[in-house]
Amino acid sequence: MCLGVPGRVLEVIPNALGVPQGRVDFGGIVKEVCFAYTPDARVGEYVVVHVGFAISKIDEREAVRVFDYLRETGELAELAEAAPAPRPLAADGDPRR
Amino acid sequence: MKYVDEYRDEASAKALLAAIARDARRPWTLMEICGGQTHTLLRSGVDRMLPDTITLVHGPGCPVCVTPLEQIDRALAIARRPGVVFTSFGDMLRVPGSTTDLLAIKSEGGDVRIVYSPLDAVKLAQKHPDRQVVFFAVGFETTAPPNAMAAWQARQLGLDNFSLLVSHVLVPPAMEAILGSPHNRVQGFLAAGHVCAVMGYWEYEPLAEKHRIPITVTGFEPIDLLHGILLTVRALESGRHGVENQYSRAVTRDGNLPAQELVRRVFEPCDRKWRGIGAIPGSGLRLREEFAAFDAERRFEVGDLTAEESPLCIAGEILQGLKKPHLCPAFGTQCTPERPLGAPMVSAEGACSAYFRYARAS
Repeated sequence: MCLGVPGRVLEVIPNALGVPQGRVDFGGIVKEVCFAYTPDARVGEYVVVHVGFAISKIDEREAVRVFDYLRETGELAELAEAAPAPRPLAADGDPRR
Repeated sequence: MKYVDEYRDEASAKALLAAIARDARRPWTLMEICGGQTHTLLRSGVDRMLPDTITLVHGPGCPVCVTPLEQIDRALAIARRPGVVFTSFGDMLRVPGSTTDLLAIKSEGGDVRIVYSPLDAVKLAQKHPDRQVVFFAVGFETTAPPNAMAAWQARQLGLDNFSLLVSHVLVPPAMEAILGSPHNRVQGFLAAGHVCAVMGYWEYEPLAEKHRIPITVTGFEPIDLLHGILLTVRALESGRHGVENQYSRAVTRDGNLPAQELVRRVFEPCDRKWRGIGAIPGSGLRLREEFAAFDAERRFEVGDLTAEESPLCIAGEILQGLKKPHLCPAFGTQCTPERPLGAPMVSAEGACSAYFRYARAS
């Protein structure tokens, strides 16, 4: 139930009660989302959406931290020779669901 | 898809696994709080790739699992009434009450509907002024702000046909209960990233200090979980305790202040019974008196109901990380996702359903 899915903001408009509502694109699937808790979200930015609410904006700089770490420590390079072509791991919660 | 695919990258996963195997010199037992994280770990196979030094136990972070039986029975009693439209997240429909479940009531003609957002339930109430629309407001801190918004909007709209059956629970009191148990074996926590997106992580700092354990705020993709495990193992190996934030792309120390503010205006803390675990002081939220008109327990007078659990189900021990699902004698025999005895076999966040779906029976 605490599933949160990242998506790109397409539109934000206040509703009849003055609450910002809008649409978010999840890799091709578009859903209506309430922006009451991320009032500073702008079109083109990414947010984490939970049960129709944007609960957090995604910080682009922080998003690459783990990969920067792997590059800096050489962890990825060490494995590059041994590893076959990478493929994605299955994770829970298809974001396009 | 951005912010998804890169966190499922196999090469990065292998690099993190190698780092964990190298750095974990002693055996450590970690608990991931959230059932969504449990499912990612099993579905991706990360649980099987970890070195033998790391034992993961699965936490109580499955709202469907910990919603008390009495509250399920109240939901069933309300959903049976004529003129009621009972709305819920889909996960709740197959959770067994004392004698039946919401899906059976729907098949018997009850108007039970799955909604994606609590605001969809508010819209239903606007559309059907002649019906009583009830929303089953379960969940942790992540779901409290959406449910608070539903109550607030219903009041702003002057709706007299909308109410919430509330069974909200809070994570920090549950962690305190786990750490305070004489049977506790958890040495480090992966805290639930989306709960922390709302609440921040300052609440965990006194817990980490008191029990001298590392707590790592962790995201939901395989790379997040491996990174969270690595950070926790490094803290344990070097004897450090405190809170670290792996999921910094979505979580800050303070959390989401507008969300916390509306939750405070609509809800207040209360003692709450957790299914399978028992009462935990201060571990729940209920509607404040100003929102009493939107409380389904009062509107339908179902507050006094009591109920008994199935004696076969060991959900309580599983939710506290004391036993693994496949060690239950009923696992996969008397208890399956089709005929569940307990809620953890039903929910998409339940540990028993994860073990069943991803074949971890041995």
